[in-house]
Parts: sequence; structure tokens; C-alpha cells
Amino acid sequence: MIHVGLQHFLVVAALLFCLGLTCVLVRRNAVAILIGIELILNAAGLNLIAFARFGGDLLSGTVFVVFLIVLAAAEAVVGLALIIAVHRRLRDIDLERSDELRG
Amino acid sequence: MLETNLLWLIPGLPLLGAVLSGLLGKPLQRRFGKKAISAVSVLLPWASFGVAAWCFIQLPEGGSLHDRLWTWIAIGPLEVDLAFAMDPLSAMMALAVSLVGSLIHVYSIGYMADDEGYWRYFSFLNLFMFSMLLLVLGDNLLLMFVGWEGVGLCSYLLIGFWYRDLVNARAGMKAFVVNRIGDFGFLVGLLLLFWSLGGEWMDGAYRVNGGAFSLNFRDLPDLVAAAADKQLWGVPVLTLAGIFLFIGACGKSAQIPLYVWLPDAMAGPTPVSALIHAATMVTAGVYMVARMNFLYVHSPTAMTVVALVGAVTALFAATIGVFQYDIKKVLAYSTVSQLGYMFIGVGVGAFWAGSYHLLTHAFFKACLFLCAGSVIMAMHHEQDMRKMGGLGKTMPITRWTYWYACVAISGFPIASGFFSKDEILFQAYNAGSLMVPGWIIWLLGFVAAGLTAFYMWRSYFMTFTGPAVSVGGHEPQEQRPVITVVLGALAVGAFAMSFIGIPALWLDSPPQLEHFLAPVFSAAEGLERVFAPGAGHGVEWGLMGASIGIALLGLAFAWWLYRGRKSELPARLMAAMPRAHKLVYNKYYVDEIYDTTAVRGFLGLSRLSGWFDSKVIDGLVNLCGAAARGFAWIDGAIDRYAVDGAVNGLAWLVTRAGGKLRRVQTGRLTTYLAGLVAGVLIFVILTRFLLDVYA
Repeated sequence: MIHVGLQHFLVVAALLFCLGLTCVLVRRNAVAILIGIELILNAAGLNLIAFARFGGDLLSGTVFVVFLIVLAAAEAVVGLALIIAVHRRLRDIDLERSDELRG
Repeated sequence: MLETNLLWLIPGLPLLGAVLSGLLGKPLQRRFGKKAISAVSVLLPWASFGVAAWCFIQLPEGGSLHDRLWTWIAIGPLEVDLAFAMDPLSAMMALAVSLVGSLIHVYSIGYMADDEGYWRYFSFLNLFMFSMLLLVLGDNLLLMFVGWEGVGLCSYLLIGFWYRDLVNARAGMKAFVVNRIGDFGFLVGLLLLFWSLGGEWMDGAYRVNGGAFSLNFRDLPDLVAAAADKQLWGVPVLTLAGIFLFIGACGKSAQIPLYVWLPDAMAGPTPVSALIHAATMVTAGVYMVARMNFLYVHSPTAMTVVALVGAVTALFAATIGVFQYDIKKVLAYSTVSQLGYMFIGVGVGAFWAGSYHLLTHAFFKACLFLCAGSVIMAMHHEQDMRKMGGLGKTMPITRWTYWYACVAISGFPIASGFFSKDEILFQAYNAGSLMVPGWIIWLLGFVAAGLTAFYMWRSYFMTFTGPAVSVGGHEPQEQRPVITVVLGALAVGAFAMSFIGIPALWLDSPPQLEHFLAPVFSAAEGLERVFAPGAGHGVEWGLMGASIGIALLGLAFAWWLYRGRKSELPARLMAAMPRAHKLVYNKYYVDEIYDTTAVRGFLGLSRLSGWFDSKVIDGLVNLCGAAARGFAWIDGAIDRYAVDGAVNGLAWLVTRAGGKLRRVQTGRLTTYLAGLVAGVLIFVILTRFLLDVYA
């Protein structure tokens, strides 16, 4: 039986973060990018809860993560609303094409 | 000294009239006619005369009335009040000015009836009354000077009243300029007094002697007495002040060498000649010398100058008067001559006699001028006596008033002129304090008296006797009552003035006017006389007889030459002495001499100044301008190339840099995200490996 310690959580969280970051950087679909952002957020949340479980104050870490989940929900609302607005305007959600703000 | 609050009304009422008819006159005249103007401008001087008479009644024996309005100027210890004072001398003057002035206002209603500028005329005339009464009643020298300048201004305005005629405008200008020369002398005298009485400049500060300083006529005698031994450039300062003040009097009262403006001043309307250039304004100089008697008694030199100039002027002007044909010119030169008598009077220390002659002259000369005006109107503005004659039959009132005024001026003992002129001549003979013997002054005046009688009767005979002339097909008419009543009133005045000056020789008491004026002229009592008071009766009788004799001689000569205008003698006499006649007829060419010397000289000087101004001063100014332009050009170049270059260069740089850097803004979200990640990575690497913040 493998003992699951802090390192495992951190490795999983780092992987999760890298997946999310890759998703954000390489995908062109706005929804996919939003998903990538959610992954990054949850990687951070996983880190927080792991540190709380293994090293520090369980209560405050838990509270942080709860806030993080709420924040992610709010962010998803705003992000999806933006994506819908972009879609209405461009009939597309490919962010490579929405470059009207270029200098 | 008695305080009152009425005196300011005496000059104030005519001022009100001047303002009313000056500001509202034109619409009033158009709306209500000339009667409205007359109502304002003629009644107010009469009201002023009423107030003057009321104040005169209240005048305490030997004292004065005083009316202080407010402090006018206050500089350090010097306080000049706007105040009026009435002492016997100014009471006499104020009464004479307001009475004669008011009468002449009435006369002007008739004389100016057809003139468009009726309101303007009365406004000026009222303004003159104000200035003259201010001059007379002003309590201090400075206020007197204000009136002095005011009458000069009104004189200028009224001489050039018909300004559309160039001759009149020039005459007004001449009067003004010549008066300004005199006024400058007055001002210098005033400042000399100020300087010598008030204090001294010591160690850079102005110190007042004893703390008392004033320009009030009441305080001046003591201050002047204290300054009697002061000297300036080795000359007693009182002599200098007296002579400079007298130069002012020469300008105003038309004495040699500044008399030339008065004959030309006849260009104005005749009532103006009567009021300003005969009865009142021109006597301002005499009044001033009499007013400053306490100064002149300290300086025999100044008194000698006054008396000699007066005597020479009296004779000189009388000789010119003999050969004039313009009736107003005759009267003008006669005025100059009579003013000379007044200056003899005040110059020899008989201040009351000079003032008395001033008073009698105001009446008979105003009467003469107004008669002349009446004649001129009847002759349809013809002033040449050679074209007149026989007017006595159709114009009896004018004739007989003129006749009486001639009696007065030539000095027959049934009119006031005799008493005043004779007193002056006797006092001249009697003078012992001058630097020349009194009889020289007397002789000049005596000869002038004979000439006066001659030329006045000559004018009378030429105008009123002989064959009748017709003007425009009909005989000249007597004037309206508004004019003849004034003539009569002035003739009566000329007669009534006799009673206040009947000499002690005829009565037991001294003349009433002398007694009345004595408090003002108390300083003159100490003057040296040839005869002690009460003595010298024989000489006085003798001189009186001689005066009557020479007046009769003048009358007889005029009668012989001009009576009835039948005689050929005048023409033959003139033909016998062509050079002398031409010289005198042309007034000794004084105007021409002044023209070639003074006027040309000044014009040359002004041309020289003009040349200097346009060439040298303008050159300097233009040089400065050019230099400034050069500097401005350099400055502009610096601005344009250096400053603007720097600013534009910076802008160019920013534009170019912006052009390059704009490529960074792709507008694609992924690029920005990549940038974000790269930035974080760089930050982490920097902080971890280079700055070592985690250590």
C-alpha cells in the first residue's frame, strides 16, 4: 500500500496546472481556454487543501478553497457571458480571429 | 472778522447759471425760445448782486466777512481752504463786478437777440462772472489764481465767440497766449512768495519758519513783513515777487509790453468788450496789486516799476488812440491808457485812488462801450467812424450817455472820472517813496489826460455830429429800451460814483471811499510823501486846475478839428507830417515788431525743435526700434530652430517609436496570455536566481 503524502498531491496539482496552462496557451476555442483556466484554479485549490491537510491550519485552507470554488463559478459566469457576446458579434468563438483590438 | 455762510453764493449763482445754460441751453432754446435762457442767465447774476449787496450791508466797520467751505489742499503745514472773504476792497469789487456785469447781461438780451449761439454766449458770460467773483472774493492767493485763469479762459472763449471767422479765432488765440505769458509771471511770483515765506530747504528737508504758513490774505501781511530782508541772487525777494506778480498783472491788464492783445480782443461781441475788456477782467491786475499792497510797500523798486510802466502805457496808448478810426479800437486803446492810470495809482502807493479809478472806469467805460455797441447795431455792424456822423439826432439817449461818459473819462468835475483821475495825478506828484521823482510820473499822466480828452471828444464829434448818414436807405434808429435803460443806468452810476470820492480839499472829511478802504491799505500809511497829510493844498488846487485846463484844451482841439465834421484841417495836418502819422496810425508797428521778433523767433525755435525732434529724437527712437527688431529676429530664430526643433524632434521620436512598438499589440488573447506566462517565468527566474529573495 502506497502511502499518499504531500508530494503526491503537489505532483498531481503541478500536472493539473501544466495541463491547464497548456490548454490555455495552445487552444483557440474560447470555451477550451476557460476550461484551462478552471484547471489552473483547481490546481491552486488542490495545493491549498493539501498544505492545509499536511502542514497548517486546516480551517483557513478549507475556507480559501471554498472561496476559490465560488470565485471559479463567478468567473465562469462572466467568462461565458463574454464568450456569448463575442459569439453574437463574430458568429465564432475562435480567439485567433477576434483580434480587433490590435495596435 | 465775521463768519457767514452766504459769500459762496455770490460766485456760486453765476456758476449755476453757466452750468444750466451750458448743459441744457441748446434744448431749452429750441423748446422755449431765448426767453428761457435769459430768465436763467440774467436773473442769476442779479441774484448774485443781491447777495453781494446783502453781505455788504452786514460788513462790520473796518472788518471782514469770512466764509469757509472746506479744506481744499493740505500739504504738511500748508493748508489752503476753499474759502471766501469779503473785506472793504473785495466788497467794492464784488459790488461793481456783479452790478456792471448784471447790467451788461441785460444789455446782451438786446444785443445778441438775433444770434444762434445765444445760450452759448450767456453760458460763457455767466462763467466769466463766476471766475471774476472767485478772483475777487477768494480768500487766498491760490483761489485768486484759479479765478485769474478762469477769466482768461472766458475771455478767450468770448473773443472767439464768432469762431467761424478766422480773424476772431486768431484774436482769441492771441489774447490767450499773451495772457499765458503774464500768467507765467504771476505763477513765478506766487512760487517765489511760497518759497520765501513758508520756510527754507535745509539739509534736504523743508523747514517751516516758526510753524506758521499760510496763503491767506489775512495772514500774508505779517509773513511778508517777516521776509522783508530776505534776498535771492542779491535782490530782495519781495521785489522779485512783486515784479513777477506785476508781469502777471501786465498780461491781464494790458500794460506795456503785453498790451497787444486787448485791441484785437475787440473782435468779440461788444457787450463782452464792455464787461470783460473794459470794466472788470482787465482791472484784475490792478485789483491784485492793490490786494498785495502790503508786499509792494516793502519794495520801492517794484512800486517804481509799476508806476512807470503804468505812466508810460497811459501816454503810449493815448497817442495810438488819437489816430484810430474804428470806434471800438479807440475805446480799446483808451482802456489800456486808463488802466495805466490805475497802475500809476497803485504804483505810487495811493492804492485807494487806483481802486477808485477802477470803480469809476468800470461805469463810464462800460457805458462808452455799450453806446458804441448801440451805434454799431444802428449802423448795421459798421465800426469805422469815418462812415458815421449825425447820429446824435436820431439816437438821443445813446448820444447823451456817450456824451456824459466822455465828460467822465476826460476829467471834468461834474463826473466821477475827474475825482479819481485827479486824485491819482496828485498822489503821483506827491509820491516820495519811488526811485524817480513823482513829478515825472505826474507829467506823463498829465499829457496822457490831454490826449484822452482829445481822442474821446474826437470820437464823440465824429460819431454824433455833422451831416446825418443813412444806412441801407434809412436813418439809423435808436435802440430798444432793454439797451437804452442800461446805458442810462451806467451813466447814472458814473455820476453817482462821484460822491464817494470827493476830495478832502472840497470837504472837511477825507473821501468816503478812502475811509472805507483804509483798513485794507493800512500798510500804505507809512509811505513817504512829499507833502505831509493836510499840507500841499495850494499845489493840489494848482494841479486840479491844470488837469481841467488840459482837458478843456483837448476838448477845444477836438471841437476845432472835428465838430460838425466840416473842417479840412485833420487831413491837412496828417499830410503835413506823413511819417509821424503813419508811425502812430500803425500803432508804432509794435505788432509787426512782435511778429518779427517774438512770434517769428518762437516759430523758428519751434521749427528748430521740430527738426531736432524729427531728425535726432526720432532717429534715436528708430534706432532703438531697429535694435529691438534685430534682437527680436535673433530671439525668433532661436525659438523657431532650437526650441521648436527640440519639441518637434521629441514628437517625431515618439511617433516613430510608437510605430515600431504597436506591433506588440496583436489583439489576440493567446499572445497576451503567452506574454503573461513568459513574464511570470522571467519574474520567477529573476527573483529565484538573481535576487535571491527566498533565501
